[in-house]
Amino acid sequence: MAAVKTPKPDELIAIRYAPPETPWMETPTVFRPGTWSYSGGAKSLTALGLPNPRAWQPPDEDWKLPANWQSIILEGLRERLEKYRSFRLFMDICVRCGACADKCHFYIGSGDPKNMPVLRAELLRSVYRRYFTESGKRFGKLAGARDLTIDVLKEWFYYFYQCTECRRCSVFCPYGIDQAEITTMGRELLSLVGCNINWVMEPVANCFRTGNHLGIQPGGVKDMLEFMADDIEDKTGVHVEVPLNKKGAEILFVTPSGDYFADPGTYTCMGYMMLFHEIGLNYTFSTYASDGGNFGLFTSHEMIKRLNAKIYAEAKRLGVKWILGGECGHMWRVLHQYMDTMNGPADFLQEPVSPITGTRFENARATRIVHIAEFTSDLIRSGKLKLDPSRNDHLRVTYHDSCNPARAMGLFEEPRYIIRHACNHFHEMAEDTIREKTLCCGGGAGLGNDENMEMRMRGGMPRAMAVKQVKEKHGVNRLACMCAIDRATLTSLMDYWVPGVTVMGVHELLANALIMKGEKERTTDLRGEPLEGKAADEAL
Amino acid sequence: MNLIAALIAVLILTLSALGIAFSATLSFLLTAILPYAAFTVFIGGFIYRIVKWAKAPVPFRITTTCGQQTSLPWIKNNPLESPSNVWSVMGRMALELFLFRSLFRNTDVAIVGQRPVYGSAKWLWFFGLLFHWSLLIIVLRHLRFFIEPITPWIKSLSTIDGFFEIGVPTLYLSDVAIVAGLTFLFLRRMTVPRLRYISLVTDYFALLLLLGIVTTGLLMRHFFPADLLHVKNLALGWVTFAPAAPKGVGTVFYIHLSFVFTLLVWFPSSKLMHMGGIFLSPTRNLANDNRMKRHLNPWNAPVKVHTYEEYEEEFRDKMKLAGLPVEKE
Repeated sequence: MAAVKTPKPDELIAIRYAPPETPWMETPTVFRPGTWSYSGGAKSLTALGLPNPRAWQPPDEDWKLPANWQSIILEGLRERLEKYRSFRLFMDICVRCGACADKCHFYIGSGDPKNMPVLRAELLRSVYRRYFTESGKRFGKLAGARDLTIDVLKEWFYYFYQCTECRRCSVFCPYGIDQAEITTMGRELLSLVGCNINWVMEPVANCFRTGNHLGIQPGGVKDMLEFMADDIEDKTGVHVEVPLNKKGAEILFVTPSGDYFADPGTYTCMGYMMLFHEIGLNYTFSTYASDGGNFGLFTSHEMIKRLNAKIYAEAKRLGVKWILGGECGHMWRVLHQYMDTMNGPADFLQEPVSPITGTRFENARATRIVHIAEFTSDLIRSGKLKLDPSRNDHLRVTYHDSCNPARAMGLFEEPRYIIRHACNHFHEMAEDTIREKTLCCGGGAGLGNDENMEMRMRGGMPRAMAVKQVKEKHGVNRLACMCAIDRATLTSLMDYWVPGVTVMGVHELLANALIMKGEKERTTDLRGEPLEGKAADEAL
Repeated sequence: MNLIAALIAVLILTLSALGIAFSATLSFLLTAILPYAAFTVFIGGFIYRIVKWAKAPVPFRITTTCGQQTSLPWIKNNPLESPSNVWSVMGRMALELFLFRSLFRNTDVAIVGQRPVYGSAKWLWFFGLLFHWSLLIIVLRHLRFFIEPITPWIKSLSTIDGFFEIGVPTLYLSDVAIVAGLTFLFLRRMTVPRLRYISLVTDYFALLLLLGIVTTGLLMRHFFPADLLHVKNLALGWVTFAPAAPKGVGTVFYIHLSFVFTLLVWFPSSKLMHMGGIFLSPTRNLANDNRMKRHLNPWNAPVKVHTYEEYEEEFRDKMKLAGLPVEKE
C-alpha cells in the first residue's frame, strides 16, 4: 500500500466542531487513508497463539471473522464485566454531561464527535445495554441500545484505535470514568476475533521472543550499547563500561528499547550510561529483559502480564537488589500499576536504597523498582553530581509531561527538578497543557505508525500548538520529555507543526551538563552540536 | 428526536396522573399501594446495583493521579490529588462528593487564529453543584411531612432556606436554585450541538421528570396550595403503615406524586445510579500507593510466558559469540 500524503498544516487546522446531520448510530464509519493502522499480521498472531490469524486489512469489505464472532464478543464482554469493577461501573454510571468531550486531543484535532470520550465509550456501551441490561433488551434504541453488527465492530476498531489511552478524560470526569479502561476492553474484545493492528502485534511478538519490541537479538543489544560507549568517549574522552547480563550487579536497569535503537532516544541512553559511570553504580543491562516497555498494554491485560514477567524473572536470575527503570511512559504505567499485582511479590529483592546517597526509596518499598527521575533528583539534591548547566545554554527547553507518568504516577516535580539543575533556560507551556492536564503526543498506545500519520498529526496538534506558543514567546528550540514513544512521535509532530524544535530525553539534558571525572573539555553536546560560546572561541 | 420522545413520555405520565386523580380506585392505588411499591423498588434496586458493582473485583489499582505523587521526602506531594493513604483518599472523595472537584477543572476549547485556545468553563460545575445541593436540601425539607413532631434541625433548615422571606408562603432558596440548575442543564443539553448529539432519550427524560417534580411542587406551594395538613396525614399514614385516602390535596398533588414514584422506580436502572456508583470508582477511591503496597488480584491467572531458559536456548550460540555469559555451556 502506497503511503498517503498527509494534508498541509493549514488544511488540517481547519477543524469544524459541528456534528454530522445524521445521528451517530446511523453515521457510517469510513476508513479514510491516513487515519487507521494496518492489521496485525498473521505471523505475529500465530507466534503468540492468538486467535484468527489471517491476511486482511481494515478497509476490506470482508474481515474474515469466525462464523460465531458475535457470540465470542458477547461472551468476552460478559467475562470482562464480571472481572473488572471499573468496566462494569463505567458502562453504567456515565450521565453524558460532556465534560470529557473536548478534553480528548483526537477530538480537538479532528472534530469527529466519535472521538469525544463519552461517545467513544457509547460505541461499546450501546452494545452492553442491548445484551446485558433489562432496559436495553426491552426498549432498544429508546434506551440507547443497539445490536452488535459487523458495522459496529468495524466502528469499534476504527475508534478504539484512535484512542491513545492517555487518560486525560478521566481527570475531568466527575466520576473518574477512564476511557483508557474502556478502550483496553474494546481492544481485548476485538483481539478475540483476530482484529489487531500490526504496529502493536509485531512488537508484541518480537518482545515475547527476543525481550524487546524491536526484535534485537543479544549480540545486537551489545553492539548498540558499545557503539554508544564509543560515541561517549569521542564526545567526553571518558570510557564508560557496558555491563550486560552481569550476575551480582546491585541494580538491574530496564529501559524501553527505543532508547538504544534510534535517535534521539540513543542520546538519552548515553545519558544514563554516563551518569551511572560517573557515580560508579554497580548495575547491569539485560538482553533478556531488554525492554521495559510493554505493548501488551495496548493489546490485553493477559499480554501485559506475558511480556512483563521477564523483568522480575531476570532480576531474580541475576541476583540484583532492586530494579531501576529508565525514561518511558507506558512502561511506567505497567511497572507502577500492574507489575507487582501481576508478577509479584518481589520478595527476592530488597527495599531500594540508593548506594550513592543512602536514600531509602520508601515509595517503592513493595514493588522495588525506582524511576530514574526519582533516583537522579535524589543524587542532585544530595550534591553527588557536578553540573554545568551553561553547557545547555544553546537550548531553550520546555517539558512535555508524558501521559502515563503524569496521570498514572503523579511524577511531576522530579523531572522538573533535574531540568532546572541541568539547564538555564526552561520555560513551561500553558497551564492547561501540562502536568495532569498534559496533552498526548498523538501516537501512543500503538498508533505511532506511518500509515496513521494524518490522525497522529491531528491528535498531536494540541500538544504541538502549546509548544509553538513557547517557541514564539521564549524562543524554545528543544522539547524535553520522559518517554521513548514521545521521543519518536513528537519528533515527527514538531517537524510537521513546529519546525525548528527538536526532542530530547531529560537524561540527555543532564548528561550534557554532567561534569565527569577525567573528561576532556567539551565543545559539543552529545549530538555533536557546538556549545554556545565554544564554537566562536575555536574560530578565533 | 430523542428530546421529543422524552417529552412524550413525560406527557403520558402527566395524563395518567390526571386519570388517577379522577378515579377513586386508582387514587387509592397511587396513595396507598404505589408508595410502598415504589419505595421497595427504589431501595431494593439501589442495593442490588451497588452489590452487583461491589461484587465485581478490582483486579488492578488504576488510580488517576492529578497531582504530585508521594516520593522523596523533600518533594511536596499533593495528598488530595494523588493520595497515598486512606485519609487522603477520603479527602479526595469528599472533595469529589461535596464540591465536584473534577468537574471544577472543566475547560472549553475553540480554534482561534489557527490554534486551540482553552477557556475556563465553570458553568457546568456551578449549576451542577447548585442542582445537586438544592435537591438534597429539598429532600431533607420534605422529611417534615414524615416526622411528627418535626425535629428542630429540619425546622432550622427550612428557616435558613427561606431566609429572605420573599412572598407568602416564603420562597425557598433551594427551589429557586434547583429550577436554575435544572433549566441550565436542560438548555445546555438542548442547545450545545455536541451535547445534543450524544444525548439519549433517557438523558432528557431524567431532566424533564425532575423539572416536572419541581414545577408541580412549586405550583402546590405558591399557586394551587395543597392542604398541607392532609398531605402530612397521608405521609404519616405511609410511615405508620395506615395510609388513609387524602382529601383536598388537589390534582397537582397527584401529578407530583406520580412523577416522584416514577423517579423512584426508574432510578435504580438508570444513569442516576451515579449517586451510588461514584463511591466505587477505582480511579478515584484508590490510593496512589502502588509501589508501596502490593495490590492483589483475586483472579490473577497464570499466563504463557517466555522463560529465560527458552530465550537462552534459542540464542545461546549468538550470546557466546558476543561474549555474553550463559547459564548452560
